Amino acid sequence: MTNNDKNTNAEKEPPASTPKSAKKKRKLYTVTFFHNWCKSCGLCSAFCIKKIILKDETGRPYIEDMDSCTGCRFCEIHCPDFAITIKNRHPVRRSTDDNG
Amino acid sequence: MTMAEQQKRVLLQGNEAIVAGALAAGCRFFAGYPITPASEISELLSLKLPELGGTFIQMEDEIASMGAVIGASLAGTKSMTATSGPGFSLMQENIGYACITEAPCVIVNVMRGGPSTGLPTSPSQGDVQMARWGTHGDHPIIVLAVSSVSDCFSVTVKAFNLSEKYRSPVIILSDEVVAHTREAVALPDADQIRIIDRITPGVPPEWYTPYADNNRGVPDMAAIGDGYRHHITGLIHDDRGYPTQVSQEVEKFYKRIHEKISKGFQEIQITKTYLMEDAELFVIAYGSVARSALKAVRDARDQGVKAGLLQLITLFPFPRKCVDIYLRQCRAVIVPEMNMGQISREVSRVNQANCRIVKHNRIDGHLISPDEILKHLATV
Amino acid sequence: MLERAEIIRKEYLRHDKKFPHVWCPGCGNGIVMGALLRGIHGLNLSKDEVVLASGIGCSGRMPTYIDFNTIHTTHGRALTFCTGIKLAKPELTVITVMGDGDATAIGGNHFIHAARRNIDLTAIIINNSTYGMTGGQYSPTTPFGSKSTTSVYGHVEHAFSIAELAVTAGASFVARGTVYHAVHLEEMIQQAIRTRGFSVVEVISNCHVQHGRRNKLGGAVEMITSYKENAVLVGKAAKMSPEELEGKFTIGVLANVKKPISTEQYQRVIVEARKNSHKNSSEKEKNGIKRYEE
Repeated sequence: MTNNDKNTNAEKEPPASTPKSAKKKRKLYTVTFFHNWCKSCGLCSAFCIKKIILKDETGRPYIEDMDSCTGCRFCEIHCPDFAITIKNRHPVRRSTDDNG
Repeated sequence: MTMAEQQKRVLLQGNEAIVAGALAAGCRFFAGYPITPASEISELLSLKLPELGGTFIQMEDEIASMGAVIGASLAGTKSMTATSGPGFSLMQENIGYACITEAPCVIVNVMRGGPSTGLPTSPSQGDVQMARWGTHGDHPIIVLAVSSVSDCFSVTVKAFNLSEKYRSPVIILSDEVVAHTREAVALPDADQIRIIDRITPGVPPEWYTPYADNNRGVPDMAAIGDGYRHHITGLIHDDRGYPTQVSQEVEKFYKRIHEKISKGFQEIQITKTYLMEDAELFVIAYGSVARSALKAVRDARDQGVKAGLLQLITLFPFPRKCVDIYLRQCRAVIVPEMNMGQISREVSRVNQANCRIVKHNRIDGHLISPDEILKHLATV
Repeated sequence: MLERAEIIRKEYLRHDKKFPHVWCPGCGNGIVMGALLRGIHGLNLSKDEVVLASGIGCSGRMPTYIDFNTIHTTHGRALTFCTGIKLAKPELTVITVMGDGDATAIGGNHFIHAARRNIDLTAIIINNSTYGMTGGQYSPTTPFGSKSTTSVYGHVEHAFSIAELAVTAGASFVARGTVYHAVHLEEMIQQAIRTRGFSVVEVISNCHVQHGRRNKLGGAVEMITSYKENAVLVGKAAKMSPEELEGKFTIGVLANVKKPISTEQYQRVIVEARKNSHKNSSEKEKNGIKRYEE
């Protein structure tokens, strides 16, 4: 089995860069859309459990409230066009450390 | 005949000689479906192939047989199937696929009377034009005909060599009489047989362009699973193998697959001549009819008629150049066939010398006898 | 570190091939392709040892985009080509992607015989209940009464159940999934590929452009949501009454049986035949011709 691959990256990732002062270790994510590949089918926004994926006037997805993303990756694995990537986001400590 | 040669003589049926030829040429995969009068080829190969580490499989129909043959060929194995008219009809779809993907393979069609179920146990030459034009679309193809048991061996070897060299399906037309006739033949030793294998890429995988043109017009062929990952498709494709509709690329593709065959005309177009040097009239024949024709020509010579025989081994691409020479040399040509005139059509097409063309067609499921041909030779 | 989605894109998609792909917005084919790639990635197979074949239709376009040994064959015949490839090179992992019409109409005979033969292939059948590419004609899985461009008055025939057909025909492994249950689908595909013998994964997918639109099933979102509502896991379905199962379909593993695999059996045939031939003809051999001299 390859459960290690299954939606659990976030758990395996040591929360090294989370601020020590954080009250709970809530993980943060960045969702990237490749708009050239996106066909605006709307699956991601329809199935987003947090309903944070919005559509602009042309139907293209975007996210304003990125911090609410739970990293469930439903949108990523259901995007028929391979146009979504979800990455762990580490709170910015240095301005150069931009992983997302 | 030397003693050694005599010792090597074996009694074989045409179908068995095809098997021997295929194995000698390096055929290691066969997929087929039972059909009269080709079944012996399947039966014998199911016995012989595993002995040589090869694979035999009986598929669910001829469409599947042809598919499996192409699959095995694309995976790097010399492959063959054998069938008769009804099965040959079913194979046409995937023969087209072999043409467009340039998959080397050999298809034996032991002709019987048709159309449809026709005359399953009688000889015929009714599939000649179908062998050329059976699959849809403009496509090049090589069609060879066998007339005797020893032909069955040598032409089968030749068929594999041509198919590997030109990356084209090659069709062998046999017929019920050739298939089931038993003759004593001397088979050559393995070291006397010239075997040609497809040219594999001479560059590392990242440099490989699967359908890149070259001076032969035949792209180097990487087998599936050899590290040269590429795309194979029945759509018209570009050099990389990806589907294309760009008119320049489409035209370039069609031209190349046709030209690769025409560049090889000299080697592909095989004919045999008998007493043609001083002939005034001649017979064009192929398959089992060529043997009757040979006897007729000999008899005609005995009667003082300057007759000759041009036997076609290659039916398509039609050996126009060779036929043309003799059409100019002779005043008449007799074209006996066990069909309504499928090669005489070709002869008429290329006849620019006003040579008189006499057709002789027999479609009653029986062989054309030497006497029938002799009658023409004596009276024309 | 690259995320899995990035690895999939970077390693498995063909970079010299134009994206976005040809499928309609929201088409399930892309979701199946993603599940397939993640499944294969999880199995640690080298790209060189994977063959991905397809027939004709929307599903037939999938191999073009993926960097395996790919082959786009004739309509319905993908399994026959794969049979040849597998027999010629048994060490390869051969996977076929087909549509419902491709696999069970024009390729129906090849499909049941591949299952009967139990040859070591994996068949992924994307079932969208219609012929999408040709314009929405009825297929062998179009439900009774449904409208299509060739059943404008409502379909008068009954639908195949592909997975059950595969079970009956003798496949080693049969599973059904949907494009909604993409993680589950990925697991099913992995199991199918791992299974030696003929394995089938039927994927219920959406063609909202043809089938959905004509039958008022909504768009991609509505159709995919309906799979969420109507799919029942096999184990759970066993405990449900027929009334409760009305309008539902099962997902999960439908068959997983161990039985001899023709590809492997044939290797034994070769060993046996070689033994015999050596016994019969001591020094003669090599190329088969000489065998006739006896």
